[in-house]
Amino acid sequence: MATGDVALGNPEPSTGTNSDLSGRKPVINDFSIQVATVNGSGSQSANSILLRSIFGMGIPVSGKNLFPSNIAGLPTWYTIRASKNGYVARKKDIDIVVAMNAETAKDDILSLPTGGVAVYEASFALEQYRSDVTCYPVPFDKLTAAVCPEARLRKLVKNMIYVGVVAKIIGLDMKAVEKALRKQFAKKQKAADLNWAAVEAGYNYASETFTKQDPFVLEPMHATDGKIIIDGNAACALGALFAGVTVVTWYPITPSSSVVESLIDLLKKYRIEPDGKASFAVVQAEDELAAVGMVLGAGWAGARSMTATSGPGISLMAEFAGLGYWAELPGVIFDIQRVGPSTGLPTRTAQADLLSIAYLSHGDTKHVMLLPGSVKECYEFSAAAFDLTERLQTPVFVVSDLDLGMNNWMSEPFEYPTKPLDRGKVLTAEDLTRLGGFARYKDVDGDAIPYRTLPGTDHPQAAYFTRGSGHNEKALYTEKPDDYQNMMERLDRKFETARTLVPAPVVVANGTSKIGILAFGTSDFAITESRDQLKNEYQFDTDYLRIRAFPFSKEVQDFVASHERVYVVEQNRDAQLLSLLKLDLPAGETLKLRSIRHYNGLPIDARSVTDELVLQEGI
Amino acid sequence: MATTSTPAPKVNRLGLPILDYRGGKTTLCAGCGHNAISERIIDAFYEMGVQPERIMKLSGIGCSSKSPAYFLSRSHSFNSVHGRMPAVATGALLANKTMQAIGVSGDGDTASIGMGQFVHLMRRNLPLIYIIEDNGVYGLTKGQFSATADLGSKLKTGVINDLPAIDTCSLAIQLGATFVGRSFSGDKKQLLAMLKAAIAHKGTVMLDVISPCVTFNDHEGSTKSYKYMQEHEEAINEIGFVPHFEDIAVDYEEGTSYDVRMHDGSQLRLRKLREDYNPTDRVTAVKQLMEAHEKGEVLTGIFYLDTEKPSFTDMLNTVDEPLATLPEERTRPSKQVLDEIMARMQ
Repeated sequence: MATGDVALGNPEPSTGTNSDLSGRKPVINDFSIQVATVNGSGSQSANSILLRSIFGMGIPVSGKNLFPSNIAGLPTWYTIRASKNGYVARKKDIDIVVAMNAETAKDDILSLPTGGVAVYEASFALEQYRSDVTCYPVPFDKLTAAVCPEARLRKLVKNMIYVGVVAKIIGLDMKAVEKALRKQFAKKQKAADLNWAAVEAGYNYASETFTKQDPFVLEPMHATDGKIIIDGNAACALGALFAGVTVVTWYPITPSSSVVESLIDLLKKYRIEPDGKASFAVVQAEDELAAVGMVLGAGWAGARSMTATSGPGISLMAEFAGLGYWAELPGVIFDIQRVGPSTGLPTRTAQADLLSIAYLSHGDTKHVMLLPGSVKECYEFSAAAFDLTERLQTPVFVVSDLDLGMNNWMSEPFEYPTKPLDRGKVLTAEDLTRLGGFARYKDVDGDAIPYRTLPGTDHPQAAYFTRGSGHNEKALYTEKPDDYQNMMERLDRKFETARTLVPAPVVVANGTSKIGILAFGTSDFAITESRDQLKNEYQFDTDYLRIRAFPFSKEVQDFVASHERVYVVEQNRDAQLLSLLKLDLPAGETLKLRSIRHYNGLPIDARSVTDELVLQEGI
Repeated sequence: MATTSTPAPKVNRLGLPILDYRGGKTTLCAGCGHNAISERIIDAFYEMGVQPERIMKLSGIGCSSKSPAYFLSRSHSFNSVHGRMPAVATGALLANKTMQAIGVSGDGDTASIGMGQFVHLMRRNLPLIYIIEDNGVYGLTKGQFSATADLGSKLKTGVINDLPAIDTCSLAIQLGATFVGRSFSGDKKQLLAMLKAAIAHKGTVMLDVISPCVTFNDHEGSTKSYKYMQEHEEAINEIGFVPHFEDIAVDYEEGTSYDVRMHDGSQLRLRKLREDYNPTDRVTAVKQLMEAHEKGEVLTGIFYLDTEKPSFTDMLNTVDEPLATLPEERTRPSKQVLDEIMARMQ
C-alpha cells in the first residue's frame, strides 16, 4: 500500500536512472519526504534525525508516523513535511520517496506525482516504473557493510545511510544533522560514532555519484528559534505532572500508552521526596473497567486521579462513566482516539469518539470534553482538566487523537501555570462545625455544584453515602419522583455552569465573510492551510471557529448565527460534531450547517478540505 | 429519699457507645443472614475501638451490597457498580492509605460479574477487608443460582444446579490474599473473632461468610440454608483473639494451637481442631478445602494467614500522608523543572 493519495495512470516504463528534469525552478523549503521501511527495522532514529535536522535549520517541519498494527515485519511509513509557511498538516502529495522496503517499493514510487524524487535500494531497479520522476538508486547494503563490520548491527545502521543521501540531495546542513544525531544517541557514544559514519558514507556516496536534477532544496531560516519539539501524549503527561496528579491508573492500549509511560518517567524524576517516598501512585490495572473504577474511587477519596485510554477502552468505561456523572465523582480520562469501530485500525487516526463520549453510559448522561488542537493545548488542557473535574465534580475527558498524540510537533515552549490548583468545593471538619452539617447534593451557591467532604474528615457529620441509585440532596436513598427529577435538573444546570468554565473557542474572523468553517482538534492544521488555499487560489474568504470543549461555549452559537453557511469539518464518517451542534443550536441555525468529513485513517489534509468546500460552494 | 440514676451507656476505649457504630434500619428480609453479618461488623469495630470516621465502607450491587447502609453511619460509604467494588476500593486506598477499608460483596457480585476484579484484588494484597455475603443465589433478581451454588443443589423452584461451585477461598489463597477464612452468619462467636482479627491485619482479608437467603435459598435441597449449615459446618480451628489494648495473656492448651502476632500488636490464636493444620501453608489449606468439599463438609475458620507479605500500599512506597490531601508545593514541581524540560526539547 502506498500512503500518498495521488492517482496515477500507467506510466511508461523507463530504463534510465535519472529523468532529465534539470532546469526546473527550485522548490525551497516546501516539500514532503516519505520514508518507507519495514516495521521493526529501527528507522525511527533515522527519521527523527532527519526531522530534527530540518528543525535545526530553522525551517518549520512536521513528522508523521504511519505504522501498522504489528510488532515487526509489515510496511511502515514516516512522512516529513518542510514548510516555509509553517503548514504542518499532512500534505496530500509526497515529493520525495525513500523506498527501503522491497515489498512496497514499486507502489511507493508509483505514488509519486510527476516531478517527484525516489531514493531507493539500487537492486530494486525502480527506474523501470517511472520516467517522470528523478531516481537516485543507492547500494545501501554495500555502503552499510563498509562502515559496519558487525553484521547484526547493519539493519539499524543501514537507515542512517539514507539520512546522508537525503541530506546531500536536499541540502541539509550536516552540522544540524550531526547535532541531531548526537542528541539522539546522547548516552551512547559508540553508537553515535557508528551511525555518524553511516550518515557520512551516504552523504559521500551521493556527492560522488549524483548530479542533482530535482528541484527540492532547503535553505536556512529562523522560523523555529526558541521552539520545542514534542508529541501530544508527552505534552498531556507534562500537563498532568504540573496539575499535581497523585493517582494514575491505566491499561495499555495504542495510541494512549505513551501518555502514562511518559508520565511515569516524569513522576519518578520529579515527584520522589527526599526520603525516597513517592508523592504519587501508579497502577497498571487489569482492564479499563478497573482503571476507571480506580480513578473514580481515588477521586471520591480526594486524589487528583487520571487514566488514559483509546476507543475500545472508552467503550468499557461506559458503566463507570455513568456512575461518575450521577454520583458526581471527579477523575480525568484521556482518550487518544484511533480508528474504530471495534478494533478498527488501531494505529491510524480519527476523531470518531466524540458522540460516544459525550453521552457515555445509559440514562441521561452528559460529559465534559476538552478538545486540544495542538501539543501546547494538550499540555494546557491536561492541566485544566484536573481543575475542572474537581470544580465540577464530574468526570472530565481530554479527547486527543493518534495524529496529535504519537507524532512530533513543533511548538512554542509551554508556560508555567499562573493559578493555584483548584481543588473545588470541599468542606473541612472546621467548616462542618461552623455550618452544623451539610447536604451532599444541595445546590447552595446557585451554580448547581454541591459541596462534598472527603473520607477521613474528622467530624461525625462528614460522612455521606455515595451510590449509583436514586438519592436526594442529603445523599439518602430515594425513589421519589420529585427527588429524582430535582437531581437530574440540577445536573443539567451544572452542565450549563460547565459551559462557562471550559476553554472558549478560538475564532479567526475578518468580519466580512459570509462563510464560516467550524472544526476541532487536529483538523486545525489542515483548515489553516485550506483557508489560505481558498483565498489564494479562489479569492474566497472564510471565517473560522475552532471548538475547544463540550459543552459548547456561547461563542459557537454566535458564530453560526453570524454566517450564512458554516462548514463543519471533522475526521469521522457520521459527522459527529455536526450532530452535537444540531442538538445544541437553535433549530433555525442548524439549517446553515454543512459537512466536510475525512475518514480513511490518515490525518486530514488541506487539499481535501479545499476541494470539497469548493465543490459544495460551486465556486 | 431514695435516688435513682441512669447508668452511663457502655462505651469502648474511644469513649464511643455502640450506637455510634450502627447504621440505618435494614431493608433486607427478616432473618437474612446479611443482617447478622452487619451486626458482627458493628460489634467488631466497636470492640476494636476504631474511630468510625477512619473507615471507608464499599460495596458493589446486590442484596449484600446494600448492607453498608446498615452499619457505621459515621463512615464514608460507596455503593458502586456490579462486581467492580475492588477497583473503587483500590483507588480510594491509593488516595488515602491511612484509612481502614471494608468491602462487602455477594456471591454474584464476586464470583460472576466481578470475578476479574476479585482475582486481581487478591493478588495485589490491598489492605482491605473483603467480605462475601454468600447465599448461593441472586436475591434482587428473585432467585437464580450464583456461581458459588454447589453442584446438585436445588432452587426453590426445583431447578437443579448442574455446574460446580467456585470456591472463593481456595481461589483467594492461590492468588495471594494474606488472610483467608470462611464463617457462617449464624456463628456469632467465630465470625466476631474473625472480624476483629481482620481489623488487625494489614493486607487483603478475604472472608467468605455463608449467609442463608431466607426468601430464595433456605429450603430442602439448598446447601446454603441454615439447616444445611448447622448439619455440615466443620470448623478447622477455634479462633481466639485478644486486641493489642487488652491483656494479651492467653490460656489455650499448649501444643494444639498456632499463635500469630498481628500487625497492630494484637494476638491471634488458632486452636487446631484438625491435626497437622498449618494456617501458613497454602498447599495444605487448599487441599483441605477441596477434600472437605468432596465430603460435603463446609469448612469454617481461618484457612490461611501471612502477616509478612507487604501490602499493596506498602509496595507502592508512597509518602506517609494521604495522597489526596498533599499540598500543592509537594505535588506541583517548580517553574525551574518546567524550564529544564523545555530546554531539553529545543
